[in-house]
Amino acid sequence: MSNSFRTTNSTGLINKDKKINFTFNGTIYHGYEGDTLASALIANGVHLVGRSFKYHRPRGFLGVGVEEPNAMVQLHDGNKSEPNIIATEVELVEGLKAKSQNCWPSVQFDIGEINNVLNRFFPAGFYYKTFMWPKSFWMKIYEPFIRKAAGMGKAPLLPDPDRYEHNYEHCDVLVVGSGPSGLASALAAAKNGARVILAEDKPNFGGSLLTDEVTIGNMSGKEWASDTISQLKSMPNVILKKRSQVFGYYDHNMTVMIERVSDHIENPSKYTPRQRLHYIRAGEVIVSTGSIERPISFGNNDRPGIVLASAAKEYMKVYETLVGKKPIIFTNNDTAYSTALEFIKNDIEPIIVDTRDSSNGELVKEVQQKGISIKFNSGIADTKGHLKINSAIIGKLDSSKESFISEETVECDCICMSGGWTPTVHLSSQAGNKLKFNDDIDAFVPDKKRQKETAIGAANGSFTLNQSLAEGFQVGFDLSNKFTDQNNPTNSPNSNEPSYEKHEKLWCMPLPSGKKPKRFIDFQNDVAVSDVELAIREGFRSIEHVKRYTTLGMAGDQGKTSNLNGLQYVSKIEKKIVPEVGHTTFRPPYTPVTIGAIVGREVGNHYLPTRKSPIHTWHEENNAVFVAAGLWQRPRYYPMGSEDMNSAVNREAANVRKNVGICDVTTLGKIDIKGPDAPEFLNRVYTNAWLKLPVGKARYGVMLREDGMVFDDGTTSRLSENHFHMTTTTAQAANVLSHLEYYLQVVWPDLDVNVLSTTEQWSGIAVAGPKSRDLLSKLFPDVDMSNEGLPFMGLVDSSIDGIKARIYRISFSGELAYEVNVESNYGLYTWKKIMEVGQSFDIQPYGTEALSTLRIEMGHVAGAELDGRTIPFDVGLNSMVSQKKDFIGKRSLSKDAFTESDRQTIVGLVPLDKKTKIPEGSHIIEDNSAVAPIPKLGHVSSSCWSVEYNNPFSIAIIKDGKNKIGKNLYAVSPLKDISIPVEVVSSHYVDPEGSRVRS
Amino acid sequence: MLEIKCPYCGKRSQNEFSYGGDASIKRPQLGEEISTEDWDNFVYYRDNPRGKHSELWHHVSGCRQWFKVSRDTATHEIFDTCKMNEDFNV
Repeated sequence: MSNSFRTTNSTGLINKDKKINFTFNGTIYHGYEGDTLASALIANGVHLVGRSFKYHRPRGFLGVGVEEPNAMVQLHDGNKSEPNIIATEVELVEGLKAKSQNCWPSVQFDIGEINNVLNRFFPAGFYYKTFMWPKSFWMKIYEPFIRKAAGMGKAPLLPDPDRYEHNYEHCDVLVVGSGPSGLASALAAAKNGARVILAEDKPNFGGSLLTDEVTIGNMSGKEWASDTISQLKSMPNVILKKRSQVFGYYDHNMTVMIERVSDHIENPSKYTPRQRLHYIRAGEVIVSTGSIERPISFGNNDRPGIVLASAAKEYMKVYETLVGKKPIIFTNNDTAYSTALEFIKNDIEPIIVDTRDSSNGELVKEVQQKGISIKFNSGIADTKGHLKINSAIIGKLDSSKESFISEETVECDCICMSGGWTPTVHLSSQAGNKLKFNDDIDAFVPDKKRQKETAIGAANGSFTLNQSLAEGFQVGFDLSNKFTDQNNPTNSPNSNEPSYEKHEKLWCMPLPSGKKPKRFIDFQNDVAVSDVELAIREGFRSIEHVKRYTTLGMAGDQGKTSNLNGLQYVSKIEKKIVPEVGHTTFRPPYTPVTIGAIVGREVGNHYLPTRKSPIHTWHEENNAVFVAAGLWQRPRYYPMGSEDMNSAVNREAANVRKNVGICDVTTLGKIDIKGPDAPEFLNRVYTNAWLKLPVGKARYGVMLREDGMVFDDGTTSRLSENHFHMTTTTAQAANVLSHLEYYLQVVWPDLDVNVLSTTEQWSGIAVAGPKSRDLLSKLFPDVDMSNEGLPFMGLVDSSIDGIKARIYRISFSGELAYEVNVESNYGLYTWKKIMEVGQSFDIQPYGTEALSTLRIEMGHVAGAELDGRTIPFDVGLNSMVSQKKDFIGKRSLSKDAFTESDRQTIVGLVPLDKKTKIPEGSHIIEDNSAVAPIPKLGHVSSSCWSVEYNNPFSIAIIKDGKNKIGKNLYAVSPLKDISIPVEVVSSHYVDPEGSRVRS
Repeated sequence: MLEIKCPYCGKRSQNEFSYGGDASIKRPQLGEEISTEDWDNFVYYRDNPRGKHSELWHHVSGCRQWFKVSRDTATHEIFDTCKMNEDFNV
């Protein structure tokens, strides 16, 4: 049966000289270059491709492109495996492996089909009704069962090995769709000098011109398409993109297009992306997306072999493939007769069933002239054939067309149906266009636009070639004129196509006598006419509710073939006109998009930018374990030998307390502040006073938000009269800069101050511990490091091996400490120099964990305490708040809640057993035997192992903390089922007088 | 993604900017005696209009200037943008 459904002509777009082998459900087949998976399977007589979602009914191909609701397959194996791929959109490539999904054990024999036998137990809303009770059954019984029964393909569990890229494009005119109107508008716009992008989803440009028997000028439609493409290709202002689907239309004319770059290539080179996502900001968008044929609802209209008439024609004309050899054409309009004529051309006589009483269309006449009789005033009532259609019951319609007066059974192997055409308005609708209903074509068309978007051709409801071309040339010229001054219009050539008579407003056949077969509207979600009837009977009126209750139009195909038929049926039952029923919302993406393409290159290490200090390589060479601090990579600790984290951290912290440690603090935010009003500005930004800070001195400052919450803290130094150097926490560096800019530019533009980030210009190295003074004296022999020469919070400029260095005497560890700042390029050199000289002082590097331990022991607050929910009082910083001046956020501090006498405040906690570590985030309660809900006094913000006292120590913020010191409370973590008796102590656990920093 | 015209740099994509809220809010003067209610109005309360809205944006991945944008909150249409010391033309 190999390729026994190929036609003998070679007028299509496949290359029969190049065979391509592929596997479907384990069987090896071959197709040809230019085939899709769908056309190759059909050519091999394979129609059964999958099982439907709910009833597991056998399903075949309905369409030939993006409209396909049934033929979803799982492609490839292992890490390249991809579920829910539409077989009509997959180009055949050597070695392609595909399999059916939603079936077990096989697509021919599927256990789930029992749902079909039991279908009367699975009406619309079945899940909502059945699994409501008892509530406790949901998680354990219903939900896992539904999950197992439902679902389409299987998502791969391995990381995606393919490469995806993003591209940003700008153009004057984006044309979406390369049918007659699209080509015409692109040509007109390009000839008028506009920068044009023409996007086509399929591998070939031309749209309907590839399948329609028409002439344009003195050429066939197909020739004209190819000639126009050649012209466009030669123009430097045009980008042509095939295999590219514009799937989303967002604000300000931002469209997004997915390009299938190498899916169709057998062995793409290593760095060729698989797909590319283009963000196109277009001046104007021309929506020439054509139209999609509508199916007709009739009994068992979902059997494999029942296809859209236009799809059957395209399979013949483009893919040289017959969907069947005993076809029935079933239509309510003239266009399906072109499919009939194509069968006749291939020496196959179709049976034609037309719901209308008659038609005088040219195509109809042509068919009749070939001696084919047409069953007018007839419809298909039912079909037979389990895995493939084998016969149809054709009925004669009564005058009301509400029932059949006689029925006959006719053998067939396919039915090509046509219910007329639906303009593809998705992009216009996404762009905010309010659609209007066009009674002539019984479909919605774009109306009032909100963005710079213009629908033309079939997408605009203009179904004739003449109209399409005229609109295309006119709109292409008009829109391009907005961007160029060439004023060079292109005339529309004469065209010729058959005339068509009007369709009949009939999309749902009556039931056959004595039977109630399912008449499907939405194939993918198994929504039948009876489901819509049920929804309305149960009181669902809004079309949005009917959609959600029945799931009509909610599947992966987003109702491309089903939405309008559903609407039409609702309006029929409700006896309303369609515009009164309205339509559901079109949302991006128009077609499914691979998640990998959306993510692009932002995976793994490229997920976020990585910031590294200039000293990073040294940390790596010295066994540092890194931790992310925002975008920065910071050394967390430096294990020696087989040390675990706890021992390494304790060793590093203890060495700072005993000898001297060195820590890379380059990541701290640094902001250079200059200008005559700089002191006044700082005075407004910080809670404490800044006007009288002497030159050469640093001061600790706290800044608030206007709501009174602590925003950030850090030390700021006065370098000269009008020049300050501010430091911020690593986490808030960018936010503080924006905050300062806001106040300078928006609130107090009269202040003459400039701010600039210098975080990356300075490398900071903290040297902390009792031996730090001796070490620095040796490093900077010219500087007087005594308490008099460089007192606490002093700073001095010096140099080391000719490198300019600024030394600040500031401390986060609570020990005697300094911070050496050098230009970033010298950071690594200076660090190494300090390490080298420091050897004789037992220097050791310490990471962020030891840094935390040291500051927690001292009761210094950090991000865990300054969490955006604490005012200065809460974190023991009330002494920093000036009573004499106003500053950002001050007025909030006098609000009632912030001045309550039992307001929360910071305390220290020590477990009574001096052993059990208190998890950060634990709740503090008074009585652990109380019955829930137990009042919560506060929470544990930071925990460490005190290297000074050799027991756990934590900082907590608790209600009325000041009066709780000395009391015993409980730290509980219900999630971990932990309850730890603790004693409340001062948060300043080590050196509460602060004598060490001043020693 | 919106396209916003920075008055200093020209048209740029939204991902270069950060939003800064209602531009009509005036901070009370420093040292001003102010009732809790008025202060709360300044700190917390904002109108949430459907339609034209005057708002602040910060060209944070660009020139780092704050500026004003007149935008329709329903359609995202941007009527005008201007520097802080200027007024909208439309």
